[in-house]
Amino acid sequence: MAIAGGRDGWTRALLAAVAMGIGVAALLIATAVPGALDSRQDRIDARRPASSGDIRAPGDAPAAANTLLMTELFDAAFRDQAVYAALVRAVGPDAPLPPGVTRLPQPGEVIVSPALRDLLASKDGDLFAPRLEGARIAGTIGPAGLAGPGELAYYLGTDKLTLDNDQAVTAFGDTNTAEFSPILALLIVVISVVLLLPIAVLIGTAVRFGGERRDRRLAALRLVGADERMTRRVAAGEALATALLSLAAGAVFFLLGRQVVPLFTLWDVSLNAGDLSPSPLLALAVALAVPALAVAVTMVAMRGVVVEPLGVTRRAGTTRRRLWWRLILPLAGLAALYPLFGDIRSSTVDNRYQIAAGAILLLFGAVALLPWVIDLVVRRIRGGAVPWQLAVRRLQQDSATSARMVNGVAVAVAGTIGLQMLFAGVEGDFRTDTGADTSRADIIAQSTNGDGRELPRRLRAVPGVTSVASILQTTAIKADKPELFTLVFVADCAGLAEALVLERCADGDVFVAKPSGNVLGPYYAAAPGDQILLGADKQLAWTVPAHLREVPGRSDPGGFNRGTGLFITPGAVDTSRFGPLEGWVSLRTDPADPDAIERVRNAAAAVDQRTFVYRLSRVDEANRFVNVRRGLYIGALVTLLLVGASLLVGLLEHLRERRRLLAILVAMGTRRGTLLWSVVWQTVVPVVLGLALAVGFGLTLGAVLLRLVTVPIAVNWAVVGLSVALAAAVMTVVTLLSLPPLWRLTRPDGLRAE
Amino acid sequence: MSIGQTFLGLLESSPRHGYDLKRAYDERFGRTRPLPYGQVYATLSRLLKSGLVEVDSVEPGEGPERKRYAITEAGVTDVDRWLSHAEKPEPYLQSVLYTKVVLALLTDRPAADLLDTQTAEHLRLMRELTRRKDGGDLAEQLICDHALFHLEADLRWLELTAARLDELAREVRSHG
Amino acid sequence: MAKLLVADGLRKAFGQTPALDGASISVGAGEIVAVMGPSGSGKSTLLHCLAGITQPDAGKVRYEGRKLTEMTDRERSALRRGKFGFVFQFGQLVPELTCLENVALPLRMDRVRRREAERRATEWLERLEVTDVAGKRPGEVSGGQGQRVAVARALVANPRVIFADEPTGALDSLNGERVMRLLTQSARESHAAVVLVTHEARVASYSDREVVVRDGRVRDLTGASRG
Ligand SMILES: Nc1ncnc2c1ncn2[C@@H]1O[C@H](COP(=O)(O)OP(=O)(O)OP(=O)(O)O)[C@@H](O)[C@H]1O
Ligand SMILES: [Mg+2]
Repeated sequence: MAIAGGRDGWTRALLAAVAMGIGVAALLIATAVPGALDSRQDRIDARRPASSGDIRAPGDAPAAANTLLMTELFDAAFRDQAVYAALVRAVGPDAPLPPGVTRLPQPGEVIVSPALRDLLASKDGDLFAPRLEGARIAGTIGPAGLAGPGELAYYLGTDKLTLDNDQAVTAFGDTNTAEFSPILALLIVVISVVLLLPIAVLIGTAVRFGGERRDRRLAALRLVGADERMTRRVAAGEALATALLSLAAGAVFFLLGRQVVPLFTLWDVSLNAGDLSPSPLLALAVALAVPALAVAVTMVAMRGVVVEPLGVTRRAGTTRRRLWWRLILPLAGLAALYPLFGDIRSSTVDNRYQIAAGAILLLFGAVALLPWVIDLVVRRIRGGAVPWQLAVRRLQQDSATSARMVNGVAVAVAGTIGLQMLFAGVEGDFRTDTGADTSRADIIAQSTNGDGRELPRRLRAVPGVTSVASILQTTAIKADKPELFTLVFVADCAGLAEALVLERCADGDVFVAKPSGNVLGPYYAAAPGDQILLGADKQLAWTVPAHLREVPGRSDPGGFNRGTGLFITPGAVDTSRFGPLEGWVSLRTDPADPDAIERVRNAAAAVDQRTFVYRLSRVDEANRFVNVRRGLYIGALVTLLLVGASLLVGLLEHLRERRRLLAILVAMGTRRGTLLWSVVWQTVVPVVLGLALAVGFGLTLGAVLLRLVTVPIAVNWAVVGLSVALAAAVMTVVTLLSLPPLWRLTRPDGLRAE
Repeated sequence: MSIGQTFLGLLESSPRHGYDLKRAYDERFGRTRPLPYGQVYATLSRLLKSGLVEVDSVEPGEGPERKRYAITEAGVTDVDRWLSHAEKPEPYLQSVLYTKVVLALLTDRPAADLLDTQTAEHLRLMRELTRRKDGGDLAEQLICDHALFHLEADLRWLELTAARLDELAREVRSHG
Repeated sequence: MAKLLVADGLRKAFGQTPALDGASISVGAGEIVAVMGPSGSGKSTLLHCLAGITQPDAGKVRYEGRKLTEMTDRERSALRRGKFGFVFQFGQLVPELTCLENVALPLRMDRVRRREAERRATEWLERLEVTDVAGKRPGEVSGGQGQRVAVARALVANPRVIFADEPTGALDSLNGERVMRLLTQSARESHAAVVLVTHEARVASYSDREVVVRDGRVRDLTGASRG
């Protein structure tokens, strides 16, 4: 009985089921993402050496056969993607294997992840290969050893690791996952609400697809004797059947979508298909909630119409929309959030549910108010050109349908604005200014091991590098007071200028810098005539010359102020006997050559694998926070796309229902442009109103959330603009996509419909 | 109802005896009211006299009547004229029209044209009545409507028959 | 009579189904021609070709000597807007507009100012005896009233040809008659030709002449079969 109604009935049910199925799939993914990220984190933890930081001290027991020497290159990266890189050397035959690796690479061998293998095989391979020192690929890392399928990773076998310098590993697996702070918890709650609410709204909208036709069919049922209760039951049955169908569709979409997931890497995060498995409890909740929601929405929709044997009359059209109950929702939301003002940071009780409820109610306020606002605005509009008139009249007649179309977008935008305000407010908690000055240099290379003299020479020769400044560093002790250290820097005048405020400088000069306060710690500031001992074993004696000048220090481009130390130009002393020097090089590269940094990395790796190379950025964000933010960006985008897709389906359904009328209007000689514009206006007006409302509600939500964390309320208009622009872009795309079908529907075939 | 033209039509397909003629007529058109013999011979002799039929052969034998009749050129022309001429539209015309259609089929004349001609005639009258109705008072309108509805019924029949012409032709021919 | 609209040898097939198979017809200025024929014989297709809504696969349609079949979509659209009027069986009124606005629509599309358009629309509603529904929406009026509004809309822009496809198909006979009487009367008064597709003889009897479409060809009933 339920889906009876011929081909049209099926089309309608399918359309609704597909749209709802998209929503269901999104919900399933949402329930699966935390688990997926967890298993990703688990794998990352599992490949960490169990005893990190275990560098042998002299006098330790001799290295056993079960020891692996390992150095992880934490800064490794390729373009914008982080690379997991480790140098390994097995000390004995029983050295532990990292997860996913079946055989340790011998020196000159490398084990790579599949993604890296592909990269090396591609035309970009040359940009990476030099880092592997020509090692032979001896195997690939299995999924268990990778954060995700798209991860670039390698274990490079090398005999350069030594027991004295490198980490000795006897087992893998380490857990030190950080706890979420209350503010992070708040952010996560709000993010979940903001991302999932539009999807709930979307499902509610999809349930009503083809409602007009359904009502007509019910009218036909009444004609053959069904009473009103029966029609209601039939409608509920239909909704239920559609919902069940949508659950099936959702499951299929989910399974399909899951297969696609490994193909994408977003902000370093890539996931295996198997990682995405919803927690059974949440999946059950979805399976129960969707049909319940579908039936509830249908029943509410049915309240608005009277199905009579000879047709359907809408009650909504005649009664004016009342404001008061629409205000209850947002006010209730504010009421739920008000008691929490100011004490989130220090709060010890779990108030996540209260926050979630408050945010949901507040955002639903936008949904409830939208038809009223559309009514209010549109009721007054008169006149205008034909397309405008057609659109306005349509909106006057049935503002609810149009409102439903943009509900999802409005909620998504309001949520995003609120959330972004919260983010901007608490950003300070998580971001630290690095003090980097990217105008002076954009890349820093730092040798950490062995001798750094070679580094600047090599980097200077790299194509794409436009300027190089370098400082070499070592330590010295005072000859007569060996417990006093000083840092000794060797550089030409250009190099020294990056660390000191120099008025004049010539080769042969020697400078000393002192910190502004008196906190010297174990360091001491050298004075003329002091004798200091240099070199690897501090055997080389050198007397600080009389022409030593004291100058103020300054931050280098990386934001690091060397503070105190002795700064020597090469002409002042023969530095070749200083022993190994640590190298610090700041580079400027051609902005038009984004791959220059890859060549710098290659050149640096050729000097020493463990050279740090990093791009300077002004701010550094705590990792957790970065992850949360990433989640938000991905989610907001996906949500908007989903809402856009459902909107498109709704729009097409609407056009399909009117195809005969459209065909007749075209037959009458109506310009297609007229019809086109009427459809455009018909979407633009609700969208504009919806977005206006969304901005209002978003700012309110943001203000309230900021009150929760006692941060002064500040509106970031760029964020508001961006959210609105993004939504507007999605709506534009949807409208544009609906035009070709409109074109097709306005052919004379439509005259035959029904 | 013109028995004369009907006989001519029947004879056009093949010469027949008076008795055969009556039987053929009864079978196709006279189901409820068989043609009396007297009328058969009276009609035949009238046709004979006006030169529309002729005696084909006389067979020797017992019975009172052993003459076989055949249609003449003039007779064929007469049938032609009759079939292509629209009947004056009036109620209860079907039996005549039916006869005409069957005869047209029997004699391989275009029965569809016949129906068209009749349809056109009916429509012409209906148009006239509609005009009259437009100008007339209520009584006039009602009278016109009465006629219109009847004519419409005829037209429906014409339409239906046109739609089933092939079927009818098969049936008619199988009766020889 | 000078022929206003002439179609010659129209052919049109939908996939394997031939809808028109060499149909020819001509309509004089101010002439009311009924197109009759059994269901599926191609009447509507013929009307669509005549009105330039559908392009035939072969054959020509001329309006005042201009070849419709060689015009661009835009030109044909403009012609339909300016010179033709349409009445269909149902569902042609825009449900959101009032009846008055519906009637004014063709004028508005021709860039007539709203006030003027609605004044002229009101006149037409009067002529079609449906002044009382001016402010109502199509969903709130009876089928007969709706069709009369549609007739008013078809005539309001003073077209040269009205194309009516089963205009009374959804009405009872009394309402059907009324619509036909008003349609033909108004058409005659404004010297508009009417191409009236119908399978009802009583509706056809409002015409000056009938043709029958059978198997995709047009037959003139008064004798010679043509096309
Ligand atoms: N758009 C189309 N697609 C496919 N076939 C079509 C289309 N339009 C018409 N036909 C076919 O062409 C033939 C003629 O159709 P048309 O609508 O012209 O008939 P009609 O005489 O108007 O019938 P009716 O009296 O039932 O309206 C039919 O067989 C029909 O199925
Ligand atoms: Mg038709």
